[in-house]
Amino acid sequence: MNDSAAVIEIRDLRYAISGRPIFDGLDLKIARGGVTAFMGPSGTGKTTLLRLITGQLVADSGSIQVAGSDLCSLSRSELYALRRRMGMLFQNGALLTDLTVFENVAFPLREHTRLPERLVRDLVLTKLQAVGLRGAAQLMPGELSGGMTRRVALARAIILDPEILIYDEPFVGLDPISKGVVLRLIRRLNDTLGLTSIVVSHDVREISSVANTVFLLSGGKVVAHGTPQELRSFPSEIVQQFMGGLADGPVPFHYPAGDYYTELLAREGVA
Amino acid sequence: MKTLQELWNSLHAALVEIGAMVRFLVRLLIVAPRALVRFSLVAEQIYNAGALSLVIIMLSGLFVGMVLGLQGFQLLQRFGSEEALGTAAAIGLVKELGPVITALLFAGRAGTALASELGLMRATDQLSAMEMMAVDPIRRVVVPRFLGGIIAMPLLAAIFSMIGIYGAQLVGVQFMGVDSGSFWSQMRSGVALVDIREGIVKSLAFGVACSLIAVYEGYYAVPTAEGVGRATTRTVVTSAVVTLFLDYLITAMFL
Repeated sequence: MNDSAAVIEIRDLRYAISGRPIFDGLDLKIARGGVTAFMGPSGTGKTTLLRLITGQLVADSGSIQVAGSDLCSLSRSELYALRRRMGMLFQNGALLTDLTVFENVAFPLREHTRLPERLVRDLVLTKLQAVGLRGAAQLMPGELSGGMTRRVALARAIILDPEILIYDEPFVGLDPISKGVVLRLIRRLNDTLGLTSIVVSHDVREISSVANTVFLLSGGKVVAHGTPQELRSFPSEIVQQFMGGLADGPVPFHYPAGDYYTELLAREGVA
Repeated sequence: MKTLQELWNSLHAALVEIGAMVRFLVRLLIVAPRALVRFSLVAEQIYNAGALSLVIIMLSGLFVGMVLGLQGFQLLQRFGSEEALGTAAAIGLVKELGPVITALLFAGRAGTALASELGLMRATDQLSAMEMMAVDPIRRVVVPRFLGGIIAMPLLAAIFSMIGIYGAQLVGVQFMGVDSGSFWSQMRSGVALVDIREGIVKSLAFGVACSLIAVYEGYYAVPTAEGVGRATTRTVVTSAVVTLFLDYLITAMFL
């Protein structure tokens, strides 16, 4: 069966926040291995989708299968067992601010295993070396730059050797050098550790260089998917607008408003 | 009619809040035995809530005791029974002022620290990150803080009362010339075990209430700067009102 290759499968997903539908019949499949990207204009619910996939939010209807288990039917302990097989990198890194870099990376090991201290140390240093921050082991999170914070969070996310690694907007607020470093890490970790990586981002150029498959989300649905090259020549206005970074198109430049002149000329009732 | 409706609405909201808090308490109590196994986490929080509040507790205790010594001396002198100053100060401190003022100071120092810490952890995704690492933030973060507060409160109250009695002695005996022997001996004969027990019960109850309110407000804070600020304020206000209300209830119970 073709489905066995899919590590994440979403069928007819519906989810609304205070009555406003975010996803309205979303379907998608993510194949095992490779880097998959979710892209789309701001506010299309990319981060919400990640939270649904990781079980932090519960869908209103539809099914989400992750590594063969249906998220809706899992108990809390089963969900936790599944999460040990996933790593997630939050937008701001979400390091525990009262622990050093070393202790942050060691945190999942200390919580879930009873490994001897020597082994914990070796494992943590190996992962820190992989992200190039072994020398920063004794720093506190407050002493790190944005790019370093994200690399430490990445080391922490891979410490339990997950099968799925999820990145929520990994490039936001990074300088070009840090962006390049994170990009290279995403590709290298994915290939050397045999992961399935999922990246949410709207940096078209960065994603194009690293993703195998891109899902373009808009209006609560997948509007296009394929390799970055395929998307660039995809015959759809919204895809072209997004990939080309055009200010106006199907996604309008103006927030919906009444007639401009009428509003300017009206003396009252505006405030 | 409209006022009635508004009154009902706010009463309803208050009841919903109390219900949510009780459910949260039950959740904490279920996890508490497992959290106690890793006592180092609790010990760290006893240090944070207790040891770090020591200076403010001791200073306040000293001044409250000194005021008590001064006022008590003035009053008792009118009846020619200054020797009873020791008993009066000790009973006042052990049964009332010790637990209550400690709880109010605790809410202001440790409670706000707890609420803002948890609120900021929520705002910076640290709690979500723990969830994603399959670590229950209630067990790892909230319960140790809750238990730390409960353990710290009676200890702080005891220290407050002790220093307070010293303060009363300082003013009464050293400055005002009350006889030292009768100050201490009257205190020893006048303060019964049941008085001390009342103080301990009160400070335990205040410990549960203030810690619960702080961790509840912090854990469910709206994850914005404004939300965390509001959670901190609510912690102090709610803790103060609940402390004084419980104080009345327990005092009535012990009569």
